[in-house]
Amino acid sequence: MLREAQPLTTGYPGGRRGPGLRQVLGPCLLSLAVLAAVSALALASGRYNVSLAHVAQILASRIVPFGSNLPAAEENVVLLVRLPRILLALLVGGGLAIGGAALQAVFRNPLVSPEVIGVSSGASFGGALALLLGLGPIALVGGSFGFGLLALAIVFLITSGRGGAHILMVVLGGIVTASFFSALVALVTYLADPFTTLPAIVFWLLGSVSTATWAKVVVAFIPIAAGGVVLLALRWRINVLSLGDDDTTALGLRPRLLRWTVLSAVALMVAGAVAVSGVISWVGLVIPHLARMWVGPDHRVLLPVSFLLGGAYLIAIDTIARTATAGEIPLGVLTALIGAPVFFVLLRRNRERIWDGA
Amino acid sequence: MLELRGAGFGYSPQNWVFKDLSFSVPPGTVTAVLGPNGSGKTTLARCAAGLLALQEGAVRRSETAGYVPQARGTTFGYPALDMVIMGRARHIGVFRSPGARDRAAALQAMDRVGIAALAGRLFPTLSGGEQQLVLIARAVAGGSRLLVLDEPSTGLDLKNQVRVLQLLRELVRTGMSLLVSTHHPDHALFLADSVVLMGAEGVVTGPAGPLLADAQLSALYGVRVSTLNYDDAGTPRRTVVTPFGAAEG
Repeated sequence: MLREAQPLTTGYPGGRRGPGLRQVLGPCLLSLAVLAAVSALALASGRYNVSLAHVAQILASRIVPFGSNLPAAEENVVLLVRLPRILLALLVGGGLAIGGAALQAVFRNPLVSPEVIGVSSGASFGGALALLLGLGPIALVGGSFGFGLLALAIVFLITSGRGGAHILMVVLGGIVTASFFSALVALVTYLADPFTTLPAIVFWLLGSVSTATWAKVVVAFIPIAAGGVVLLALRWRINVLSLGDDDTTALGLRPRLLRWTVLSAVALMVAGAVAVSGVISWVGLVIPHLARMWVGPDHRVLLPVSFLLGGAYLIAIDTIARTATAGEIPLGVLTALIGAPVFFVLLRRNRERIWDGA
Repeated sequence: MLELRGAGFGYSPQNWVFKDLSFSVPPGTVTAVLGPNGSGKTTLARCAAGLLALQEGAVRRSETAGYVPQARGTTFGYPALDMVIMGRARHIGVFRSPGARDRAAALQAMDRVGIAALAGRLFPTLSGGEQQLVLIARAVAGGSRLLVLDEPSTGLDLKNQVRVLQLLRELVRTGMSLLVSTHHPDHALFLADSVVLMGAEGVVTGPAGPLLADAQLSALYGVRVSTLNYDDAGTPRRTVVTPFGAAEG
């Protein structure tokens, strides 16, 4: 039987001093290094091979203009094809991971993620509707955002009774909301013109960053950066909020206002991610867990590390998606195929530490 | 300083948990709330602390009350020091993190409560008594001179009960006002200047001495209760027993 989540007892080392600058900066710099290494490898790999030295030269030539003697094809592959794709994967992966970490705090449950609570379904309906009506990219983001937020509000209303955010209510509310919006998405695909809009909607829903352009990077950057800045600014408040409404009120804060601010920020980020890349699952669940096992539950460290690791993870998976086979495996398929077993192994290996409070 | 005037609260209409309740907790005194299970002790504590809004009457607090809930685990395992630092939340700007001053205030509060050694331990790994002390330290770190404690001694072993009682007494000596709900009449006898008895027939308030007597306590709990005088290293005290002989006939 599912019970309310048990305490997660991974903490940072450092005892009495608590997280000083070093405890925050150390993991962040390390994850930044991982992100940089993954990005460099991703820029170099692909069907058209570019050496790491050439990648460095091409990137440097954009900052310090000096005559480049490299073939124009290499420059184009790196700057116009791979770089926007990698930035898009960074924004989407990082946004979903930091959003997942924040949702887990708000619902006080480490099993919550943007997909589980139905935000992704709501956002995909909004996006599919915008595609059906042939509206532009602003409507795509706006529709995703509006319906993502609506889905979140529905789940929240279902779980806000006196029982609190009990896991069964959260999961049930998420299932109800997700299936409701899935039905609406099915209705949209049913109504779509099978020769023009239907393929666009289906391809978009599969989840991919393969159609990345600099324009899409900008479209994703605005909502994800805006939401991310809010979450990072509230990083310590989110610690307090994760104790629950009673404690938050007793400590002199207003939990409802704080929660809705966090939820809106997450909905904005998820909407931005869904608008440019469709539904990419598992990142928002796996990465915050992984990060928490490493740095502990303090959101001052957890949020930035989740963003950096989420970005690195999605860039790595996307690179596998485009290089593993001659064709291309949809990203959303790979994140689930890789994410689910990895998550399972991690849970089994860390079961005692996470669930038994040892 | 805490004052309730004509206070009334009910979870549904015409089903009052308490009604027309008036009492005050002057500085440097303790008011204990006693009553059987389900009599509304926690509800009253939450109303007094401002976590629940009264439906009738008014509650006046000289400052934001520090509220100490019953200890229970948290979803995420923060270190005890971080838990205590969270007591500083109302002094820290929305987008800011606690600084050196907040850390110092938290460590000082932990020292005062006698749990400085627990600072680096993770909250969920602490025993019930230690968690309770961390939550008290958290309220103390907030700097409020008015504390509302919901059954701070419930679930603790004898040693930790004594520890909590002596700590509360220490806090009162420095001029703080305490509203404490408890299941232990002898704790009220040790601590309280006045009491709120939440019985089935209504709520009685008044000074602790005359109200914590055999007849009143027996009526409150629906079981025979006797108070006994004893000598505590020269200090005369009273304690409470429930004579089992009567129950067995």
